[in-house]
Amino acid sequence: MAAKEVKIYSTPTCPYCKMAKSFLAANNIPYQDLNVAEDKAARQEMVSKSGQMAVPVIDINGEFVIGFDQAQLKEKLGL
Amino acid sequence: MYELVIIGAGPAGMTAAVYSARKRIATLLLSKDLGGQVLWTTGIENYMGYQFIEGFELMQKFEEQVKQFPVEQRIGEGIASLSRLDGGFEVRTDSDQSYQAKAVIIATGKRPRQLNVPGEERLKAKGVTYCAVCDGPLFAAEKVAVIGGGNSALEAADDMLKIAEHVYLVSLTPLTGDQILIDKLKDASNLTTFLEHEVMEIEGSSRVEGITIRDLKSSEVTKVVVGGVFVEIGLIPNSDFAKGIAKLNKLGEIEVNCSCETGIAGLFAAGDVTDVPEKQIVVAAGEGAKAALQAHRYLRRL
Repeated sequence: MAAKEVKIYSTPTCPYCKMAKSFLAANNIPYQDLNVAEDKAARQEMVSKSGQMAVPVIDINGEFVIGFDQAQLKEKLGL
Repeated sequence: MYELVIIGAGPAGMTAAVYSARKRIATLLLSKDLGGQVLWTTGIENYMGYQFIEGFELMQKFEEQVKQFPVEQRIGEGIASLSRLDGGFEVRTDSDQSYQAKAVIIATGKRPRQLNVPGEERLKAKGVTYCAVCDGPLFAAEKVAVIGGGNSALEAADDMLKIAEHVYLVSLTPLTGDQILIDKLKDASNLTTFLEHEVMEIEGSSRVEGITIRDLKSSEVTKVVVGGVFVEIGLIPNSDFAKGIAKLNKLGEIEVNCSCETGIAGLFAAGDVTDVPEKQIVVAAGEGAKAALQAHRYLRRL
């Protein structure tokens, strides 16, 4: 099975973003971290694709998990 | 059946877990998250042993310490109900898992209070946020409203003044936060303050577009165009599931005596969810230790 492409839209000050990133790391899932506090284009992309104005938003092969929802992450990542 | 279930894994719950494991009590730690409210605290300068530590980092250290001991953990689930059964208690989670124990420590802390106005629920994460420190940067160069008059509202307003185009601070009362924070805001050119105003509605279809507020004295209604609403109006205890079993005070806090006993044999409570004065990390940790030692005494007598 091809590895899933995982992107996390986050801010450096958000604790649930940190938890989500440590969760991905602990499960050996490579991810691209987009800091939406600095990166305007990424911020717009997050809002337009997911409709969310809250972080973290995690994009797994085009499907979105909103917030640090472990159950959903496990399901979408097949863990 | 477990000997002890600890509900909640903030400073009180995690400290209780360490103490109970050291007494060789078969313990289950059941919680929505690890760290609780501390996760939302940026810098801590009053937890002894650390001159400065981030909330997230301190809770990671707590977690590592819990892992040194044989404590079973179920993290990620909310609690739906707590009931008594023969010889103990049953805890049910949101996904309808059932756990039974001879004794229970409730250490579920507090959560942000909601405004309970039309539009709030629908526009959550669409401009309505309860975590200024998380979502603040998303509102760069927008107009935002901060609701509240205490320290957390003033801190959120101060942060947002640097990020947003304009900040409207709306408080039901005169500002109640520390004078040092009030002084910090007083010369800001991009701040408008509405004191003794209540929020009546949050408007918007797919995103927040504005709020309607009302002057408590004159009853005059004003509409303010904003793209974000930061709700910072205090905390409420996570005690709903314990309503039918433990005694709550009028704030919804679980009433305990100085030994963390609730008055129900085998049911203990610790930390911010209780009526113990001073909601502080160091106090919650201490209360967690007391609750676990008291639970140990109780279990030994059975």
